Amino acid sequence: MRYLARRLMLYLVAAWASLTLAFIVPRLMPGDPATAMFARFHGKLSPEAIDRLRATFGFTDAPLWDQYVTYLGNVLTGDLGVSVSYFPARVSDVITTGLAWTLFLTGFAVVLAWAIGTTLGIAAAWRRGRWIDTVAPPLLLFIGAFPFFWLAMLLLFVFGFTLGWTPVRHAYASHLTPEASLGFAWSVITHAFLPAITIVVATIGGWMLDMRNTMVGVLGEDYITLAHAKGLAPRRVMFRYAARNALLPNLTSFGMALGFVLSGSLLTEIVFSYPGQGYLLIQAVRSLDYPLIQGLFLTITFAVLAANLFVDLIYVWLDPRARTRSVA
Amino acid sequence: MKAALAALRHDRRALVGLVILGGFVLIALIGPLLVGDPTAQLALPLSPPSWDHPFGTTGQGQDVLAQTIAGARTSLLIGFSVGLAQVAIGALVGTTAGYLGGWVDDVLSQVVNVFLIMPGLPLMVIIAAYLPTGSTTIALVLILTGWAWSARVIRAQTLALREKDFVLAARVSGEGGVRVIVCEIMPNMTSLLASATIGATVYAIGAEVALEFLGLGDVTHVSWGTNLYWAANDSALLTEAWWTFVPTGTCVALVGFALALVNGALDQLGNPRLRSETAFVAEARRHGVDLGVSTPVLRKANDA
Repeated sequence: MRYLARRLMLYLVAAWASLTLAFIVPRLMPGDPATAMFARFHGKLSPEAIDRLRATFGFTDAPLWDQYVTYLGNVLTGDLGVSVSYFPARVSDVITTGLAWTLFLTGFAVVLAWAIGTTLGIAAAWRRGRWIDTVAPPLLLFIGAFPFFWLAMLLLFVFGFTLGWTPVRHAYASHLTPEASLGFAWSVITHAFLPAITIVVATIGGWMLDMRNTMVGVLGEDYITLAHAKGLAPRRVMFRYAARNALLPNLTSFGMALGFVLSGSLLTEIVFSYPGQGYLLIQAVRSLDYPLIQGLFLTITFAVLAANLFVDLIYVWLDPRARTRSVA
Repeated sequence: MKAALAALRHDRRALVGLVILGGFVLIALIGPLLVGDPTAQLALPLSPPSWDHPFGTTGQGQDVLAQTIAGARTSLLIGFSVGLAQVAIGALVGTTAGYLGGWVDDVLSQVVNVFLIMPGLPLMVIIAAYLPTGSTTIALVLILTGWAWSARVIRAQTLALREKDFVLAARVSGEGGVRVIVCEIMPNMTSLLASATIGATVYAIGAEVALEFLGLGDVTHVSWGTNLYWAANDSALLTEAWWTFVPTGTCVALVGFALALVNGALDQLGNPRLRSETAFVAEARRHGVDLGVSTPVLRKANDA
């Protein structure tokens, strides 16, 4: 349990650090931050709206420490302020609608990519030196070298615009309203297909190489030799003995890579105008909607921290060693 | 070091990587002198590739080839300098934490872990959105969000080296901490430092392109990221102007792939286990043995 306690401590520190960063960064802007930030909205927003924005940010005349305490209090009670571009909607409401789409698209694509990549990695380690081990890794590495969003543009261009096989934007057809019907579900699936494929194609190589390398190490262990010597079927040795043990270190790198993959999928959303967090992020950047940028930063960071905690829980559940002593 | 370079020369993957990389460095150095002003309006907007403009023109009638070449200079410069800076900071933090141990290590490791666990893109966006736009901002943001990766591996390596006899001997003979780190420990992780720099450069180029694609850089300055920003802004997809984004993306991928190839070869160099593994696989393949079986018989009794 010491392991879990240490990890929990890390997540708490990370959460506090991101909260504090979101507080400090706007105040590092050259000149008077509050004026510089709100000067852009003069004429666009009513004075009361600007006062409300100032208040939610804690940009008051109070000492910095008091501003910090007010800010922490606001954020921790779920008050992320008011969006500028979606005025007068609250940032928390704007983000909630986008969050579901991101979780759906990214969650689905990441799990799929991880499953396929890991299976390929098992096969590559098992058949070292064969074509799957010599051709697939460099090929997938090459594809993985393209920026996520560029792959998205290419796939969208070929399959969406030129061939017209898939929808080119949004999460569902514009004439539909969200409802529990087959037609709507089908529309959601066809719209998510291409963005999901982009994420899968871009990340599969990394998962494959990770799994292959750990699995090659495991294959050298004595218990594998013993399993062979006992005359167990190769398939059984491959999955029940080798792959099972190689999965554990693989799981930790899954947690570590999550933030990176999420960043990529946010960019993919932008290309497909998919109404998730990434799309909100670029809209916020374009309209200088600082409260929304801040809210998105906090939401995405907290989501990654939560996902990591979840991976840790699975790890502790799977590995008895993590339960009894601390594993670094 | 000499042996290392010789080994790199004989590795086919590394050779391919180095050739591609060398080509791009050459283009970045002398290319912009040959193609003229990349921002000049030369032809009709969005004209497809032709003899005058081999890569076509952008939505503003600029030559895509000239923009790609000029972009190489900016993006490679940012990529390599950010990569070096990240590893420099990583080495400072990593060796300090690993060598001193105790509470210093606890504190530094915690800081490193926090930076590792925070998703990069949102952090980059929030910082870049507030600071004045420009290449310096982008570089600073990339250094700040990426140094932790190298700090982590360098710390681990320092921990391992700290217990080696030659380090202990140096300490017993009265050498100071800084001298032990710089003269005894650092030279023994050259290949790790090189591979960390390459990894950081790949990250920096990718992240720079992503940030500028979002419009967080200086969009009037030509770089690979801003090329893609303008392609998206001028509706490259709607107008089916594939030539405005395909060259830049391919260049980014080629540089990333070349760096990954060199890195793979470096890994093998610093890791004898991987090297013997390659020899082992090659030998087994020569005999047509299935490596799933853990103890392959490579020589039958009557072979000898």
